[in-house]
Amino acid sequence: MRKFEKLDGLVAPLDRANVDTDAIIPKQFLKSIKRSGFGPNAFDEWRYLDHGEPGMDNSKRVPNPDFVLNQPRYQGASVLLTRENFGCGSSREHAPWALEDYGFRALIGPSFADIFFNNCFKNGLLPIRLPAAEVEQLFLQCAGTDGYRLTVDLESQTVTRPDGKVLSFEVDAFRKYCLLNGFDDIGLTLRHADKIRDFEAQRRETQPWLFA
Amino acid sequence: MAAQTLYEKLWNSHVVHVEEDGTALLYIDRHLVHEVTSPQAFEGLKIAGRKPWRVSSIVATADHNTPTKDWDKGIEDPTSRQQVETLDSNIREVGALAYFPFRDQRQGIVHVVGPENGATLPGMTVVCGDSHTSTHGAFGCLAHGIGTSEVEHVMATQCLLQKKSKTLLVRVDGRLAKGVTAKDVVLYLIGVIGTAGGTGYAMEFGGEAVRALSMEGRMTLCNMAIEAGARAGMVGVDQNTIDYLRGKPFAPTGSVWDAAVAHWRTLVSDEGAQFDRVVVIDAAKILPQVTWGTSPEMVTDINGAVPAPEDFADPVKAEGVARALQYMGLSPRTPMSKIAIDKVFIGSCTNSRIEDLREAAHVLKGRHIAPNVKLALAVPGSGLVKRQAEAEGLDKVFVAAGFEWREPGCSMCLAMNADRLEPGERCASTSNRNFEGRQGNGGRTHLVSPAMAAAAAVAGHFADVREIQN
Ligand code: SF4
Repeated sequence: MRKFEKLDGLVAPLDRANVDTDAIIPKQFLKSIKRSGFGPNAFDEWRYLDHGEPGMDNSKRVPNPDFVLNQPRYQGASVLLTRENFGCGSSREHAPWALEDYGFRALIGPSFADIFFNNCFKNGLLPIRLPAAEVEQLFLQCAGTDGYRLTVDLESQTVTRPDGKVLSFEVDAFRKYCLLNGFDDIGLTLRHADKIRDFEAQRRETQPWLFA
Repeated sequence: MAAQTLYEKLWNSHVVHVEEDGTALLYIDRHLVHEVTSPQAFEGLKIAGRKPWRVSSIVATADHNTPTKDWDKGIEDPTSRQQVETLDSNIREVGALAYFPFRDQRQGIVHVVGPENGATLPGMTVVCGDSHTSTHGAFGCLAHGIGTSEVEHVMATQCLLQKKSKTLLVRVDGRLAKGVTAKDVVLYLIGVIGTAGGTGYAMEFGGEAVRALSMEGRMTLCNMAIEAGARAGMVGVDQNTIDYLRGKPFAPTGSVWDAAVAHWRTLVSDEGAQFDRVVVIDAAKILPQVTWGTSPEMVTDINGAVPAPEDFADPVKAEGVARALQYMGLSPRTPMSKIAIDKVFIGSCTNSRIEDLREAAHVLKGRHIAPNVKLALAVPGSGLVKRQAEAEGLDKVFVAAGFEWREPGCSMCLAMNADRLEPGERCASTSNRNFEGRQGNGGRTHLVSPAMAAAAAVAGHFADVREIQN
């Protein structure tokens, strides 16, 4: 997994609540058996005027000029500002894969859906929960400033605004440790292989019907 | 020992290891696998040179991409076919307790197949790379939807990394009125607490109305717990649970059954157990529900009307409502019963079990779909459900009413196969998500119960099933 330490990134705002994973990456792209290449189809239905299908040459498609991420000022953004309950809906990890492939490294919003939130951490993408009032201010500042950037520092758990104001956020210590080091969860878990084996053996003894 | 909630019992009995910050390794008893979220996990395992930890925990089926008609022609869409074939070859290579491939007699939607085969048992932790895994909590299980990295993690280690959730009890007091079903209860609940209302919680359903529900109804409730934002939904074990499981293929037998049942009966929240939050709902207040927007919380009852954006004080909400109404092609104050439909879909892991089909058929018997309804689909949740329905003659009722009787699968719930809405088409659907484009690009979904979908099919618009029931 890609490490996440510090990021100074251009910010793009997506001013909608309840953005679901079908919107982040529509279902027709889930037929891929790969993990990569989803970026050009992130937000496909909002982003293009025509209907997207796998295998199309996306560079030939007509972008929707009204979709915020298509505005020239947000090209190259690596921080996405969101509203509440971002990533609700399906468990598809294709959603964080698409956002990461698009170029986002951090997401900032008042709340994220549970499974999506989990999935982000497995893919080097940092979802940051901030109080709604602070998020509102970021939206306002971003709208009013061309080239609006934020600095995200995972070690100190802070987001720093261009005016110098520092916002702190919470993150589970274990997730932080994995993300800072780019550790793969499976490798870490397998350090406890003996404990898992013991647990399993005991379970097999007391509840044999679980091991049919 | 202090009184414990069901969630705490399930959690405590599966913890293998805890990190300093409380992140726990939970042992996983059952791993359900389908074709969409597993290929990258199998590939990751192979690249890392890892073997699955316990193959006998895996139950697999193909459901999302499989067609629901002309099975003899196979899967026409090459990318869908590749995904299903990838699952075939992965399971052939790795193994499983059970695999129900495309066209198998017991194939079907993974959340229908698990319980009906007794592969979901009380006290288990159940995971699947699918958010509606919460369904299995109806059996007193701790059931989580997981992402593909976690699918790989569970295969490799038989464990899942989790933080403990807070507990939420949804207590539905009293009795449901006639014509009001589990689907109406859960839509009503989401209308009350919102789609983020359960975020961070494990949600237990209790109360008289829940105890009175069949296992099918409880599965419908738990299925949509995820739509309320909860990490898991669950119902404590009682006689209904045990009666349902007796004789199922993977349920224990003989003296092991007796020992299992004795243990299962302990899987309830103790008297006096403390929940972090309690939501009380009066069953008698619930009327048949219909959604009007693009999120399950945008819901009202059949006597209600489409709201206006200015009814909502929060500007982000008002804006969302305005956008939803535009997408749905609806104007404020339109009575729900005046909204005409183009298609009807009865199916999905929310409502495609035998009881759902019975309820719809009961309304359809001796009636016909309205002329403006272009297509009405009845899609059983599994091959077993289909055969049971046919044995009861329900297929004939559907067909006589003008429905198409299809092969099992996810179908128009998410339109990954050929079953879908065309842009602008409006659908009465028994599925669980009314998101933009969910049932087809530009499609407009209204979530309802099976009985209400049948009533809408007959009327050509949403209608109160209580007024037309036999
Ligand atoms: S029926 Fe719908 S919600 Fe259920 S598993 Fe299939 S696609 Fe997902």
